[in-house]
Amino acid sequence: MDTDTLIDVQHLTRYYGTHRAVHDLSFQVRRGEVLGFLGPNGAGKSTTMQMITGNLAPSEGRVLINGVDLLDEPLRAKAGLGYLPEQPPVYRELTVDEYLTYCARLNRIPGPRVRAAVATARERCGLADVGSRLIGNLSKGYQQRVGIAQAIIHAPAVVILDEPTVGLDPIQIREIRSLIRELSAEHSVILSTHILPEVQATCDRVQIINKGELVLADSIDGLTRRMQHAALRVVLRFPPAVDRLHAIDGVQEVELLEEGRFRLHHAPELNPAEAVAAAAVQHGWGLLELTPEHASLEDIFVQLTRNDVAEEAA
Amino acid sequence: MMIGHIAMRELRTMFLSPLAWSILAVVQFILAWLFLSQLDQYIRLQPQIALMQSPPGLAEVIVAPLFGSAGIVMLLVVPLITMRLISDERRARTLPLLFSAPVSMSEIILGKYLGVMAFLSLMLGLIALMPLSLLLAGSLDLGQFASALLGLFLMLAAFAALGLYISTLTAQPTVAAVASFGALLLLWVINLAGNAVDDSGSRGIFAWLSLQQHYEALLRGIFDSSDLVYYLLFIVVFLVFAVRRLDADRLQH
Repeated sequence: MDTDTLIDVQHLTRYYGTHRAVHDLSFQVRRGEVLGFLGPNGAGKSTTMQMITGNLAPSEGRVLINGVDLLDEPLRAKAGLGYLPEQPPVYRELTVDEYLTYCARLNRIPGPRVRAAVATARERCGLADVGSRLIGNLSKGYQQRVGIAQAIIHAPAVVILDEPTVGLDPIQIREIRSLIRELSAEHSVILSTHILPEVQATCDRVQIINKGELVLADSIDGLTRRMQHAALRVVLRFPPAVDRLHAIDGVQEVELLEEGRFRLHHAPELNPAEAVAAAAVQHGWGLLELTPEHASLEDIFVQLTRNDVAEEAA
Repeated sequence: MMIGHIAMRELRTMFLSPLAWSILAVVQFILAWLFLSQLDQYIRLQPQIALMQSPPGLAEVIVAPLFGSAGIVMLLVVPLITMRLISDERRARTLPLLFSAPVSMSEIILGKYLGVMAFLSLMLGLIALMPLSLLLAGSLDLGQFASALLGLFLMLAAFAALGLYISTLTAQPTVAAVASFGALLLLWVINLAGNAVDDSGSRGIFAWLSLQQHYEALLRGIFDSSDLVYYLLFIVVFLVFAVRRLDADRLQH
């Protein structure tokens, strides 16, 4: 096995009673990668996260963290693991410093290095000036940061964050995102979220899960390509007949949106933009606008997760 | 190592809430009252005691009743201390912190247990100071005193183990407190049924199960290793149950 594969999930399945929450899920995450984990509510995201972090035993399948089997050697595997659950697991009655010190010790950081580890984690998560405050008195955003600090305090190989930016203000969200990017330099990060722009902003790869099954696994680049719907939007001052547009090399289908506005569908590999511009100039159509159309991640997400519902109903 | 860290945090959390302090204060006040009334009684009866052939010592007249009452007070108090051990973590959803750290389930349970035992030992120390103060004025049968102290310690340890186990069963501290109290009270009085069926002179199974029966022997200064075994078994059984129950959290929801 590749030594740089930090997370290796093999055929993970989980039943709750007879209900199958996760079915035969397999994926890898390499060092330096941020994996975005997407899915509608109840798709099995949190269940998967809990299984990867040892909070839930899988019904079938294996999880290897940094090459160590989580079920066979839980202590050794968990030493390389940092986890922020949906709700940050903080003790409200402790101060930030006390709490982080406790977390550092729980993660077996040797005594003399605890203080430095706490200081580093506090620094990285922007908690420098709240060290002596009670966690219970901090705002939701700060509690969330304490939760992240707890997950990275022992510099684990794998960091798993379940919806880390919930409840944060836009500036904090940006800070957390850049923190995640920074973490990805040395760690593997799995980020579960349903905020789609977040995935585009921070992740290298995306996985969409629906009804416990993986429906899409692609890199952000691949996804961007996928998002380039093979279509052009054209606005003309003096529009010609539809079939003349159709005659342009590469155009497969012409859709008339409104007077003078067209959507030209074409094969992805053959972009007719140039030919359209040339034809417009040649025939004096008065080209006003020529835009390649993008589908958003949201479109893909909705399409993938809804298809499944339709299949189920059929 | 890990156990120590978990125990320390547990102890710290206890003293950060007013509950621990008020429990310490109330228990100390009530037991001091009982202690003083026993002492008063002893002083009033002293002329008669002096005439007896083998007069009962201070330990018999004061320590045994005091520790006997302490056992009953603790029956009420220990569930309040153990109730939030696991249930509170479950309610606040902080258990994932422990589950995803490189710590085993047994370490979590033992850490929590040691934290509570440290608190209870502190309480025991405060209680023990009262009879020890008699040494300033008279003599005390230290053997019987040590036996009673050991008895109370073992019983507190047993109470705490059961309370910890029940705390793993629920996410509601109050439910844990009520259930622990009920279970302890049942085990306390279960010998009533034992005595009823027991006419052969041998101790029945119900009598043997009773927490009270074993405690009374130790209070009288009788150190029987079977009593010790009873308490150790009791503690181990409930701690193992607690570990198993916590482990089951990962298996099913």
